[in-house]
Amino acid sequence: MSRISMDQVKHVAHLARLGITEEETEMFTRQLDQIISFAEQLNELNTDNVEPTSHVLDMKNVMREDISKQGLPIEEVLKNAPDSKDGQIRVPSILD
Amino acid sequence: MSLFEHKVSELHELLHKKELSVTDLVNESYERIGQVEDKVKSFLTLNEEKARIQAKELDDKLAKGEDNGILFGAPIGVKDNIVTKNLRTTAGSKILENFDPIYDATVVQKLQQAKTVTIGKLNMDEFAMGSSNENSAYQNTRNPWNLEYVPGGSSGGSAASVAAGEVLFSLGSDTGGSIRQPAAYCGVVGLKPTYGRVSRFGLIAFASSLDQIGPITRTVEDNAYLLEAISGIDPMDSTSANVNVPSFVNSLTGDIKGLKIAVPKEYLGEGVGEEAKKSVLEALKVLEKLGATWEEVSLPHSKYALATYYLLSSSEASANLSRFDGVRYGYRADNAANLIDMYKQTRSEGFGDEVKRRIMLGTFSLSSGYYDAYYKKAQKVRTLIKKDFEDVFHKYDVIVGPTSPTPAFKIGEKTSDPLTMYANDILTIPVNLAGVPGISVPCGFANGLPLGLQIIGKHFDESTIYRTAHAFEQATDFHKLKPQL
Repeated sequence: MSRISMDQVKHVAHLARLGITEEETEMFTRQLDQIISFAEQLNELNTDNVEPTSHVLDMKNVMREDISKQGLPIEEVLKNAPDSKDGQIRVPSILD
Repeated sequence: MSLFEHKVSELHELLHKKELSVTDLVNESYERIGQVEDKVKSFLTLNEEKARIQAKELDDKLAKGEDNGILFGAPIGVKDNIVTKNLRTTAGSKILENFDPIYDATVVQKLQQAKTVTIGKLNMDEFAMGSSNENSAYQNTRNPWNLEYVPGGSSGGSAASVAAGEVLFSLGSDTGGSIRQPAAYCGVVGLKPTYGRVSRFGLIAFASSLDQIGPITRTVEDNAYLLEAISGIDPMDSTSANVNVPSFVNSLTGDIKGLKIAVPKEYLGEGVGEEAKKSVLEALKVLEKLGATWEEVSLPHSKYALATYYLLSSSEASANLSRFDGVRYGYRADNAANLIDMYKQTRSEGFGDEVKRRIMLGTFSLSSGYYDAYYKKAQKVRTLIKKDFEDVFHKYDVIVGPTSPTPAFKIGEKTSDPLTMYANDILTIPVNLAGVPGISVPCGFANGLPLGLQIIGKHFDESTIYRTAHAFEQATDFHKLKPQL
């Protein structure tokens, strides 16, 4: 049984904002199916009473003083922007 | 003889005695690059003009007796996922082809304080996803020991440049083995520090709970000096740890009498090549002669590490790489009809296949209906893997095994099947999942290609790793051999 269908791969690609061709959809479906099948070996383990680990060090909620600091100059910030005008980043239309 | 066959402490001595200048060191780098870079292809960007100016400035300081610090004037290469102000940083990806960072990573600031000279930026698998450098959008770096073979990855350029004598040492990053595996393949020394030892500020994030920056060097001593220079808590990285940074070099006593070594049977079992096994057993004999003892142990969840790693690292990557959307920096596709279209075109044109594959795997694992079965399950298995290490470290000082199941493979040999490529990392991945430190040191050759010995330590106990690695290095000659280019 396949773990992931072509329709699911298309949906996931959309969620991840990746444009993929039909040919790529076929390739990724096959490869992701193999990887997910491989990953299902984790089901051999009973983890009912195991806490998940998101982070290996015993630390949480690292706080600092909330003090304002000088930001970066606007020219620097926009230096790498593909398209900008009047100190702002320009993008294609959001609403049709 | 190349200047870079000296340890950094010896070079510093020569500088201090005015028998050598920083300009000499920087010349050595660029001359060697001129000779061998066509074959090795380690670098994506060179910093030659600025490096030569900096060398002159440092020589002026030297003349005034201001040569403070052991790393003064040392030529270093930096992996291209570590941002360098006004020096192009691509992370091996087309999507950052013209990216010109506006700040320096914390490790780069620390190198500047130590007065090293940045020679250039080193090739890598795109966004550090790969084990061979074949996923770089730009070029295949080649193994200096045999140019038909991969240098390993993802820090392939970092390891190859050191092995080829293009720089004295380099920085890499390690998410699942990306420092240790290429160090093993190229016959150099590479350490992944404890998670939290080195600031990740300015490291282009792949998997934030696993990534660490670390040093790649010719010798264990140089490695210890370089780690000391880049370690420490950083207000810009809330996951950097507030722990003391010892003088790692002081731990290089040569004395490992009474050291208790654990050898996991899983690290000499299925999927591990005979050559790697043999070299580790020989290495254990050397360590025994030096007064250490070893016993076989079990890390019973090792076989689950690879699946756990791919689910977790891909999930984290899918979130981290969402920032590459063509808006604020990097490549943007032309002629998109609307914003969503612009995102999709930009990302499909800007990312390579391996990156897309992992973003999709991660997005799938985190998506509604699959989160518990994949992502959360993997987080729970991570707890079991971490506990395996804790149990062993109750009784033993270090864990020893091969760094990689085999020596380097041929370019093109494993590109068709992602799972075969992933299997290279079975012995390094558990270390990242547990967050403990690990080093690879040269321990032999198979068909002219280097093999690496992996030494794994307790959280924040890089000192014991270095002491063990150094004692081994001093008792063997593998680190003295160099590739003929």
